[in-house]
Amino acid sequence: MTETHALEIAGLQKSFVDPEGGRRPVVDVPALRLAAGEQLALSGSSGSGKTTFLHLVAGILASDAGRILVSGQDMSAASEAQRDRIRARHVGYVFQAFHLLPGYTALENVALAMRFGRGVDLERARSLLARVGLRDHESYRPPQLSVGQQQRVAVARALANRPSLVLADEPTGSLDPANARSALALIRETCRENGAALLLVSHDRDILGGFDRVLPLAEINRAALAAPARMMEGAA
Amino acid sequence: MKGLLETAAAVLLVVRRSLRQHALSTVVTVGSVALASGLVLAVVSLQAQTYEAFTAGPVGFDAVLGARGSQLQLVLNTVFHLETSPGNLSWETYETIRKDPRVALAIPYAVGDNYQGFRIVGTTADLFQAFEPRPGERLSFAGEGRAFAPSAREAVVGSYAAARTGLRVGSRFNPYHGVVFDEKQKHDDEYVVVGVLRPTNTPSDRVVWIPLEGVYRMSGHVLRGTGSAYTPRAGEEIPDASKEVSAVMLKLRTPQAGFALDQTINKQGRVATLAWPIGRVMAELFDKLGWANRVLTLIAYLTSLVASGSILASLYNTMNERRREFAILRALGARRATVFSAIVVEAATIALCGTLVGYAVYAAILLVARAVVRAQTGVVLDPLYLHPALWLGPLAMVALGALAGVLPALKAYSTDVATGLASS
Repeated sequence: MTETHALEIAGLQKSFVDPEGGRRPVVDVPALRLAAGEQLALSGSSGSGKTTFLHLVAGILASDAGRILVSGQDMSAASEAQRDRIRARHVGYVFQAFHLLPGYTALENVALAMRFGRGVDLERARSLLARVGLRDHESYRPPQLSVGQQQRVAVARALANRPSLVLADEPTGSLDPANARSALALIRETCRENGAALLLVSHDRDILGGFDRVLPLAEINRAALAAPARMMEGAA
Repeated sequence: MKGLLETAAAVLLVVRRSLRQHALSTVVTVGSVALASGLVLAVVSLQAQTYEAFTAGPVGFDAVLGARGSQLQLVLNTVFHLETSPGNLSWETYETIRKDPRVALAIPYAVGDNYQGFRIVGTTADLFQAFEPRPGERLSFAGEGRAFAPSAREAVVGSYAAARTGLRVGSRFNPYHGVVFDEKQKHDDEYVVVGVLRPTNTPSDRVVWIPLEGVYRMSGHVLRGTGSAYTPRAGEEIPDASKEVSAVMLKLRTPQAGFALDQTINKQGRVATLAWPIGRVMAELFDKLGWANRVLTLIAYLTSLVASGSILASLYNTMNERRREFAILRALGARRATVFSAIVVEAATIALCGTLVGYAVYAAILLVARAVVRAQTGVVLDPLYLHPALWLGPLAMVALGALAGVLPALKAYSTDVATGLASS
């Protein structure tokens, strides 16, 4: 019986059309595997294609070639609607800018993610908010929360659907060093508690020290090696 | 099924939040839809109601006999107490039609005076004893009232006229000459009110009834039944040959009698005009005014289109600021169809709220129109009149609203998630 990985990537490629009309490769990852519950940090400078890579893994973008399996679900062969479904059920995403919905309370932000995924479980949504220290802030809307608190809501939301894989894109980029360390610890702990694998990308090498496995993005992304300076961040 | 319900709940939450976030534009748009919806309901319902009230309302008579001339003028003058009389009929003509075996009831009217703008009609006591505004329902008096004595200066007042003029049993008043109130045209004769009629919700409620002889003997009146002027003197009986009536209200024994009398009086005769059937005469008036009704209806429909355009504009204007919201929803797993549905449902919700408020607008318009129509014609419109437009109109408005949401929904549908997330 073969083990199902949280993430398996083979021959993943993505390019964008540049202003001159040519195609510029942004992601070219021959292979990458992440075991269930494993935590992997990718380090990369700004413009190295980190966000594009995570968007491909999350199914937000469609790849040009290659295969992405998330908990055995083939993201690369799926239609857009199927990718939406796989993302909602199997992938949690902590964005650099958090991307909370400002008109919704903290609880609604978490519960809304559940509606598109495995169904609303208010008890779980509340316990997740309590776990990230926001038991008394569930009725607060994002503009009423500090940046650190917003980030914690984003973490709770990412775990709402019991995902097998959590993607974190520069999750501490908006925080000061002290808050960044505690936020990172929180993300890692909650992922571990929920059995979710974590794939985190950051340009900040200081915060990556705690990871057992840290890879430079350029090591797995040949496109980043080829053009590290300026990627199309329409894309990233 | 569970997934569908979860998606529906998510759509409703997104709609609710958006309506709250854009409260001002929501309220303004709901207001414009309410006005349009109320206007459409009012126009369609009032048109149908007035048509029904004027062509098939409770008149109590089958036909009107009057001087040679316009049937419409005759009906307006005698049934609705509007317009002037087209002329007079001789007493002999009245007697002939009264004795005609095809006629069940003939009640003479003599018009030409008013009290504070309310028509004074001279008639016989048969009006109170035999006339039925609705089948089986005779005129009845409120309180201690009674019919006037044929030779006395007594009056019976319709309920609406009594309420507006303050006349009640025992009140005394002087009639004014003409059908339009002019205080310089006051007659010397003083009348006493002996009865106030219960409301019939017909034009009769606006009338002050006096004996036929009272009209003949009114100061300043001259009778020309013989062709030459005759002024009645007190204590002297008026010769029938000198008497005149403005019209004779007829109740026929059979519908066939109407055909026969129409043939005899209108097609072969030259003396009088028979307005029969009364509903047909009024329907011809409405047919002539049909273009005006169509223009009104068109304006109401155009207002609805403008209102649905305002839904489109208000939603479309928020699309850029909401691009990030749609991108986040998509990133959380919402499908394009879900985002599309949210905008269409939002548009339909605005239209639905507008139509609900529109009922209040409709009720307000109806109340005002009801008061105006009653004051002008005595016809009472039913506030609980159920026209199919009352439910079809709002349904159509909601559908139109949803349709107006399609264009902004397409914009939301086409939101690129990666670009939308990067736009913040």
